[in-house]
Amino acid sequence: MAYVSVKGGEKAITHAHQWLAEDRRGDPGVSELEVAQVREQLSLAVDRVMSEGSCYDRDLAALAIKQARGDLPEAIFLLRAYRTTLPRFGASLPVETEAMAVRRRVSAAFKDIPGGQVLGPTFDYTHRLLDFALAAEGGVAPEPAPQAEEPQAYPMPNIASVFRHEDLLEHDVRADEPAEPYDLTREPMKFPADRDQRLQALARGDEGFLLSLAYSSQRGWGSTHPLCGEIRLGEVAVEFVPDELGFAIEIGEITLTECTMLSGFAGSAERPPQYTRGYGLTFGHCERKAMSMAIVDRALRHREVGEQADAPVQDEEFVLYHSDNVEASGFVQHLKLPHYVDFQADLQLIRRLRKEHGERRAALKEAAE
Amino acid sequence: MSTPVPARANAPERYYNYAYLDEQTKRMIRRSILKALAIPGYQVPFGSREMPVPYGWGTGGIQLTAAIIGPDDVYKCIDQGADDTTNAVSIRRFFANVADVATTEDTGEATIIQTRHRIPEKPLKEGQVLIYQVPQPEPLRGLEARETETRAMHAYEEYGLQYVSLYENVSTYGRIAATAGYPVMVEERYLMSPSPIPKFDNPKMAKNEAVMLFGAGREKRIYAVPPFTRVRSLDFEDYPFETQTWEETCALCGAKDSYLDEVILDDAGDKMFVCSDSHHCAERRAAGHVGPMAGHSLDQDAALKEPAQ
Amino acid sequence: MSVATLDLSRIAPAFTDPVRESQAVFREVMECMARPGRITRFDRAPQAPTGLEKAAGAVALTLFDFETLVWLDPALADSGAEAWIRFHCGCPLTTAGQESAFALVTDLAKAPNLAAFNQGDAKYPDRSTTVILQLPSLDGGPTVTLSGPGIQTTTDIAPQGLPQDFWTQIETNQAQFQFGVDVLLVAGDQLLALPRTTTAQIKGG
Repeated sequence: MAYVSVKGGEKAITHAHQWLAEDRRGDPGVSELEVAQVREQLSLAVDRVMSEGSCYDRDLAALAIKQARGDLPEAIFLLRAYRTTLPRFGASLPVETEAMAVRRRVSAAFKDIPGGQVLGPTFDYTHRLLDFALAAEGGVAPEPAPQAEEPQAYPMPNIASVFRHEDLLEHDVRADEPAEPYDLTREPMKFPADRDQRLQALARGDEGFLLSLAYSSQRGWGSTHPLCGEIRLGEVAVEFVPDELGFAIEIGEITLTECTMLSGFAGSAERPPQYTRGYGLTFGHCERKAMSMAIVDRALRHREVGEQADAPVQDEEFVLYHSDNVEASGFVQHLKLPHYVDFQADLQLIRRLRKEHGERRAALKEAAE
Repeated sequence: MSTPVPARANAPERYYNYAYLDEQTKRMIRRSILKALAIPGYQVPFGSREMPVPYGWGTGGIQLTAAIIGPDDVYKCIDQGADDTTNAVSIRRFFANVADVATTEDTGEATIIQTRHRIPEKPLKEGQVLIYQVPQPEPLRGLEARETETRAMHAYEEYGLQYVSLYENVSTYGRIAATAGYPVMVEERYLMSPSPIPKFDNPKMAKNEAVMLFGAGREKRIYAVPPFTRVRSLDFEDYPFETQTWEETCALCGAKDSYLDEVILDDAGDKMFVCSDSHHCAERRAAGHVGPMAGHSLDQDAALKEPAQ
Repeated sequence: MSVATLDLSRIAPAFTDPVRESQAVFREVMECMARPGRITRFDRAPQAPTGLEKAAGAVALTLFDFETLVWLDPALADSGAEAWIRFHCGCPLTTAGQESAFALVTDLAKAPNLAAFNQGDAKYPDRSTTVILQLPSLDGGPTVTLSGPGIQTTTDIAPQGLPQDFWTQIETNQAQFQFGVDVLLVAGDQLLALPRTTTAQIKGG
């Protein structure tokens, strides 16, 4: 084998980028993917990229997915790196998810709840059989789903309303003058983390990582015995108060998935037994992520309810420091960068230690003879 | 020699701000730099941003450069001591594009030198800023995983754990077996990671004439060592700090006192040693220094092979 | 925090090219913070309104913004200088020195003690106040010898018009490291820095 230099000039990089562009395009005989097609037909990928990319823009997320060749963590990274250069005008008012125009809303805790169960567009109860009709070219537009006979409840009461008369569920804490929330895009992680910081970190966190943590909790590694109180999907208005106006104006509408997990609490000297909540919220339709987030959020509240904490999911530094896939992906993959200076230093030491080890062995042998 | 940068107005980078970061972010980083200089060796938390290169690939160093660079600067970027390693080329090209700066390989001519894993062999001087890319700013992280704990250790100067670890090293190996990222004490107050430079470079940090800034983007920390500051590599009286030495000399320029890389020549075990600092080596060869393998194909910039395609 | 409305027609302009000029000013401030006692000059900085001189104005424009609480000398209250800083920097103002990220002192006779500002936290000593003192001149005063990080051996400075016991305050400040404020002395278009690491010795004192 001949020596192959790891050193590459600007030319090598340019050529590699050209090759990458060629690979991204694939067979030029197949028509180019349009960003609008990604936006409309890979909408759950778009939703995940917007959620973990912390930027609500369907077109940019779709562009990122196209550019990243469908590699979602790469697309999330592209969107984050774009987002970070944007000027920041301020924080919106908290969105009212009770005023959501609901498309889907289910509760596993009750057979029926005020507002009713709304199944909506879901993979649940589909049989996971490949649909070869979709593989046929020039697919036919599906028949529109029939409309409900009765209009939906509006506002759609949330799960807390069911418990309102019995005090069975811990209360929402509503500040009169909400403080500006902690913003991880502008300040580093601090510990112990308050709930706003934790929820932001989880909302930006990697779906796979949170899913596995939630699963580990379910299997007994820090279990919170969760019950899906409610999951809802739909559109809410976003309001903002510009300084120069002094009153709220609606600046748009976004799709959200919200999940409330219920966990029983046996009570303590100060608090009566009641249900506690874990909370999950994502941009777009990300049910798996919202549910995982709610379970992890609740597991991380162990201090508040005096639970013993010895599982990974309950360790705040462990969970929050390792949930961001842009950080994790970069650092794991930075091992591709050359490390030969450090390796040389290490090699020298190992050779020296081996030499000394050999000398000691020889001396022992000599002494024994 | 500075290379004028061709206008690349159409490059995607130009759709962004001067030096990529917005002005508010630059001010935040600048304030952190001033506090870092005022508290040598102390890690200032900062609101690190996503950069257009991945975390772990120099985002801390890039943010520091972006916060201080101006069009009058001459920028040099090295990785493993070399100007032509792929990531160094990539970062250098980024700043040539977004900051309209002249770039150079000449250590003496640069006003800002961004580095990963090395300190240049040529002594630095006033007017130069050396920016280190730092993967893990916390020297105690290998001993204590929790930030809440290590921050308290720095606050109360509780560095016993570090000494215990070095001592265990001595009892296992007969010496302090740390080779790169060897911890240092700054002004006898803050324990600091020098970044993963080989300990060969540690002595260059002490009383250096240049401003030294350290950026850890993923870990969101900035720290600094001002010029003429005391930087001591940890050791014991009976096990004093020592640096690497080689029996070989640089095969190309014959240098006896520079940090050498081992280059494997074939699969029969043949190898050569060359200077890790590519500019130092080139400058010596230009001055007429000759090593035992001078004339080898590695001895010409043009002969630098591109990765096989 | 003052909420009086600003009369925009009466506010003087600031940097004409904020990106370039603030970068150039910062680089000098950084070199000065790294090399205590080194004097720099901002001769091309914009003219600041009455009460504020070029160097103080340039530092404010470069480092203050909506994320920094600024303590402004009461002598500047409701002045054109205050309006200029509020408009160009967008920084919130505070009368509590303990909370401030920056303090700008112009009335030297009534200058608060350095200990009245935020000294930082054991775990986060970087949260202390940076105090900017505007003096009549950075030379012509009693000579003081500085040493510490950033200084090869020693360096002499002779700023004029400092508060009475200023160097005693600096000594106290330095002795409590890692706590302490960092000081910028400005006069006209000149600036020098005294970070908390610097030791000062009055010549013949």
